[in-house]
Amino acid sequence: MSGQSTYTPSNGFTRWLDSRLPVMRLVNDSFVDYPTPRNLNYWWTFGGILTFCLAVQIVTGIVLAMHYVPTTELAFASVEHIMRDVNYGWLIRYVHANGASMFFIAVYIHMFRGLYYGSYKAPREVLWILGVLIYLLMMATAFFGYVLPWGQMSFWGATVITNLFGAIPLVGESLRTWLWGGFAVGDPTLNRFFSLHYLFPFLIAGVVILHVWALHVSGQGNPAGIEVKDPKKDTVAFTPYATMKDAFGLAVFMILFAYFVFFNPNALGEPDNYIVANPLSTPAHIVPEWYLLPFYAILRAVTFDIGPIDSKLGGVIAMFGAIAILFVLPWLDTSKVRSARFRPLYRQFFWIFVLVCLGLGYCGGAMPDDILIPVGDGGMTVTHLSQILTAYYFLHFLVVFPVLGLIEKPEPLPESIAASVLHGTRQEKATS
Amino acid sequence: MEAPFPGTVNAACGNFNEEMRTVADTHAEEPTRRDFLYVATGSMAAVGAAFAVWPLIDQMNPDASVLALASAEFDLSNIPVGQEVTVKWRGKPIFIRHRTEEEIAAADAVNVASLPDPQSDDERVRPGPSGELSREWLVLIGVCTHLGCVPLAYRGEYEGYFCPCHGSVFDTSGRIRRGPAPLNLEVPPYEFLSDTRILIG
Repeated sequence: MSGQSTYTPSNGFTRWLDSRLPVMRLVNDSFVDYPTPRNLNYWWTFGGILTFCLAVQIVTGIVLAMHYVPTTELAFASVEHIMRDVNYGWLIRYVHANGASMFFIAVYIHMFRGLYYGSYKAPREVLWILGVLIYLLMMATAFFGYVLPWGQMSFWGATVITNLFGAIPLVGESLRTWLWGGFAVGDPTLNRFFSLHYLFPFLIAGVVILHVWALHVSGQGNPAGIEVKDPKKDTVAFTPYATMKDAFGLAVFMILFAYFVFFNPNALGEPDNYIVANPLSTPAHIVPEWYLLPFYAILRAVTFDIGPIDSKLGGVIAMFGAIAILFVLPWLDTSKVRSARFRPLYRQFFWIFVLVCLGLGYCGGAMPDDILIPVGDGGMTVTHLSQILTAYYFLHFLVVFPVLGLIEKPEPLPESIAASVLHGTRQEKATS
Repeated sequence: MEAPFPGTVNAACGNFNEEMRTVADTHAEEPTRRDFLYVATGSMAAVGAAFAVWPLIDQMNPDASVLALASAEFDLSNIPVGQEVTVKWRGKPIFIRHRTEEEIAAADAVNVASLPDPQSDDERVRPGPSGELSREWLVLIGVCTHLGCVPLAYRGEYEGYFCPCHGSVFDTSGRIRRGPAPLNLEVPPYEFLSDTRILIG
C-alpha cells in the first residue's frame, strides 16, 4: 500500500539531498502522505504510544547508566544515590521503572487489539511475528532491568528464572553456570545483565524498524478488517489525521503515566525490592513484576510429571510454549474474516480469553496453596485454578482458533472501508 | 514516484539469476576444480568464524578469580548439637547441621525405596578423620533443587527443611519428601581435615 511517492523537494537543498539520500522522501512517504484507512479507532494509536515508550526508556536509561554501578557491592547503594542525591534522579528513575509497566500496558492493549481485529492474518503474518519477537525482547529486557537494583526480588527473581534453564536436559547445568559466570547469581551475572539491558532496547528498536517496514508493505489493518479498495475514498493522509489522533491518544496515556510517576510511583513494584539482596535468605513470597505474572502462573501450574518430562521441565516448556504459540497463530486461525466485528462466536471467545489471561495474572501473584473455594478440608487452590486456566489458554489456540473458522457463520462484511464509515457497520450489515 | 529504482533493481536481479543459472548448469554435469575451491573456502570461513566466536562465548563461563574461590575451610567446633550454621561457598549457602541422635534415627528409619530420590542416610554423610562415617554432621548445599530458593531449617513436617517458594519439604537428611523439587538437597564435595575442621570443594 506504499503507493506512489508524492514528495516534491521544495528548495535547492532538499532537491540536492533527495538525489543523494532520499531520507526526506522516506519520511514524507511513511509518515506524512502515507495513506491511512479512514476508519481507524483509538485502539490503533498504541503503535505510536509504544514508540514513545521505547524512546522514554532509552533516554531515561542512558541517563541512569551515568550514575548506576553494576557491582553487587554498590548497585543497591547507587540506586539509592540516584534517588537521593542525583539532581532529578528520583524523577528519572521513577519514569524508567514505571515506564516499563506503561510499556507493557501499551503492548498488551496493542496485542489484544491485534487478536480482536485479526491483524495477524495474511498478508500480515510477518508483521505479527516481528511483533511477537519485539514482545519477547521486551520481556528479556525488563527481566535484566529488574535485576539491576539488586534488591531481594531482583536477586531471587534472577535466581528462579536462571534456574529454569537448569531444567533443560543434558546441557542445562552448564548453560546455567554459563549464564551466571559463577556457581550462583553474583557479580559476573549482575555485570552482564547490565550490559545486555543496555543492548536489548537497541535490538528492539531494530526490530521495530522491520515491524514498521512490514506494516507499510502490507498496509495497516483496520476495524472493518477489509482491504483498501479505492485509496481516494478509503484512506486519509497520515498527517494530519493519524498524527493528531495518535497525539491525542498519547496525551491521554501520559496522564496515566504521570499519575503513577508522581502520585503512586511504587504501586506497581514489590516492597521487598527495597531490601538489599541477600543470597542466604529467600523472601517468603517471590513474584515477578505484574506483566510476567500470567506466565509465572503457567510455569507453576505444571506440578505433575508428563511421561519422561518431570514437572520442572514441563513447567518451563509450558511457559515458553505459551509465548511460542503466538508465532504460529496466523496458521492456527482458519477463519478468512479478520475482524471480530463480523465474527459472532469469536467475539465471545476473545473476551473469554481476555478473562483467562487476567485470571492467570491473578494466580501468578497469589500463593499456590491458597484455597479459593473451600470444600471439606481442602478445596480448590490457586494451583488448581492455574491448571484450568493454563489448559484453556492452550485450547484457545490449538482448538478454538482452528475449529471456529470452520463452524462459524460470519456476518456480512461491508462493501468497503468508506461504506463502513459512511453507513455505519450495523446498518451496513442489515442492508447487505 | 516514477519508480526509477524498482525497474533497475529487477533488471539487475535478472542478470544475476542468469549468471547463477550458468554456474548451476556446470554443477549439473561434473564437479569442477572451481566447485571444490568454493566449498573449501566456504568451509574454512565457517571454521574460522566458529573459532572467532568461541572466546566471545567462553568469556561468560566462571573466570579464574571465581574458580580460585572454589574450595574453603570451615571450623565446626562452635556448632552445638541440635544447631545449624549457614556458611557461604561459591556464592551459595552451605548448611552445616550438627544432628541430634533423634534426627539421625529419624533419617535412618525411612524406607529408602519409597523416596522420590532414593538415597540412604549413609550415602549423605562423609567419613570423619577416623575413617568411620561422621553421622552427626550433615553438610548440604542450601539451594532448593526446584528453582534455587534457600530452604528454611527445622521447618516442615519432617523437621528438616521447608522451601518457602514452592513448598518442597525435606527430611533431616536433606532428602526430598514432598513438593515440586525433583532431587534431594545436594551434598557438596567435602572432607574432614580434623574432628572439627572440614574442607569444602
